[in-house]
Amino acid sequence: MRPVLLVAGALTALFFLSLALGAGRLGTGSDAVWLLAVSRLPRTAAAMLAGAGLAVAGVIMQMLARNRFVEPATVGTGQAAGLGLVAVALLAPGAPLWFRMLVAMASALLATAGFLALVRRLPFRDPLLVPLTGIVYGGILAAVTGFIAYENDLLQYIDIWMNGEFSGVMLGRYEFLWLAGAATLVAYAFANRFTIAGMGEEMSLSLGLSYGQVMALGLAIVSVVTAVTVVTVGMLPFVGLVVPNIASQLRGDHLRRSLPLLASAGAGLVLTCDILGRIIWYPYEIPVGTILGVIGAAVFIWMLQGRRADAG
Amino acid sequence: MIRCQNLTFSAGGKRILDAVTADAPPGRITALVGPNGAGKSTLLGLMGRLKEPERGQVMLGAEDAAGIPRPIFARRLTALRQATRITPRLTVCDLVGFGRYPHNPGHLTKEDQRIVEACMTDMALDDLADRQIDTLSGGQQQRALIAMVLAQETEILLLDEPLNNLDLSHARRVMNNLSARSRAGRTIVTVLHDLTIAARFADHVVALKDGRVHAEGSPDEVFTPEVLRELYGAEVEVHRINGKPVILPI
Repeated sequence: MRPVLLVAGALTALFFLSLALGAGRLGTGSDAVWLLAVSRLPRTAAAMLAGAGLAVAGVIMQMLARNRFVEPATVGTGQAAGLGLVAVALLAPGAPLWFRMLVAMASALLATAGFLALVRRLPFRDPLLVPLTGIVYGGILAAVTGFIAYENDLLQYIDIWMNGEFSGVMLGRYEFLWLAGAATLVAYAFANRFTIAGMGEEMSLSLGLSYGQVMALGLAIVSVVTAVTVVTVGMLPFVGLVVPNIASQLRGDHLRRSLPLLASAGAGLVLTCDILGRIIWYPYEIPVGTILGVIGAAVFIWMLQGRRADAG
Repeated sequence: MIRCQNLTFSAGGKRILDAVTADAPPGRITALVGPNGAGKSTLLGLMGRLKEPERGQVMLGAEDAAGIPRPIFARRLTALRQATRITPRLTVCDLVGFGRYPHNPGHLTKEDQRIVEACMTDMALDDLADRQIDTLSGGQQQRALIAMVLAQETEILLLDEPLNNLDLSHARRVMNNLSARSRAGRTIVTVLHDLTIAARFADHVVALKDGRVHAEGSPDEVFTPEVLRELYGAEVEVHRINGKPVILPI
């Protein structure tokens, strides 16, 4: 069976499972409809949108950096979004959500552009040096954020978005995530350009592509997806790393062909982890970020060992 | 016709090209030769607008190349760099298909597909069409990249050491194919290290040394023991077989 059909089928099953699961019992009649509309449906949609968006943001990041082992959560994009949020909390405490979102996007964009500029200047072509640089770079941003937050009694505030979870998702409090869905569609529309950009600047120029414009568009997509995810549900690690690498194995990197599979697999992974988080310790919950951390890290280590040779 | 006028380029404080003026005649194969570090690849990069010159310009006929919008430029000229590394996992067929991008950025049409298949056949890639690039040998990858730039169907082709990693049979295939294309009116500029191959296939030779044009002319004019001694600092014998120079190191 074609992988995309398999994933689509699994995704449908997960969707209904997610709707059926929760601490409260899903009765019948208008109460059930209310519960579905206000809590379960938004939560399910949020998990799917964030998962699809992060998987796509991950593959675009990998094309722009020309390295398979980077993703927004490990190269400072997510950390910078958090830094932006802390800055708003200090400088403009009462700012509305859209303003916080905008600042998070802007700081994510700046930091990601900074990372790519840094990577271009790396003296060595060792593919593993790129993700390492990203981890150090992201670590510095996180440390600065942590320090500022500590000094200003905001540690609890940053805790909320450091570890993603969906238990707070309700109607009226997750809608920004549809922007991540929209960004995914934009990425699909420009898929060929991102694939060509993945072949490098000179190849892009030789094919008549404005490399700078593709870079800018890619950065915008990565930043929007990361910022809306961090602001609404918190950081979800490894989705952007693991999903594109597995999709690449199955389907190659012709993005016009692999993006549908990639987006559905991302949605499926996050939804699965959220469902696991609701089941394992029922009726309590384990944050999806924790579950993703465990599963993602295991898969990542396996990837590093098995595919070291063609990392770059 | 592609004409370089006074091209000057520096990198890292070092002058790579110094006022290079050279021609590549239309419908001919021009070979760029010279010792390592002479500036051949840089010159090719400037001709293909992959880099910006510090001074000077590249003319396509009477037009300044820098004034042509990139998407249109890519339909007229293509440049293949040496040792190009393709990071994304693509099949040979997909990679060659991207050669059609300047003409058609969306799905490939029937006509595009016909061109892609013809170019794969030209490079003897039919059996490898569905293989992933990263599973191929260096020579097979090189042929796939050449097929890709051929599929771009430009009037001008710039190729940096296209014979890298190719065995004799495939090197011959590539050069014969380029010859056929030049006879059909396309202008080809290629960096070549094998001077006997350059003498056999090129109509025009530009020899670079230390960022300057050391000699320019027909293979007969450039490939003499005296010029080659000055160019490479190496002693060679030049013989003639079927009227073409054959260069043997002593």
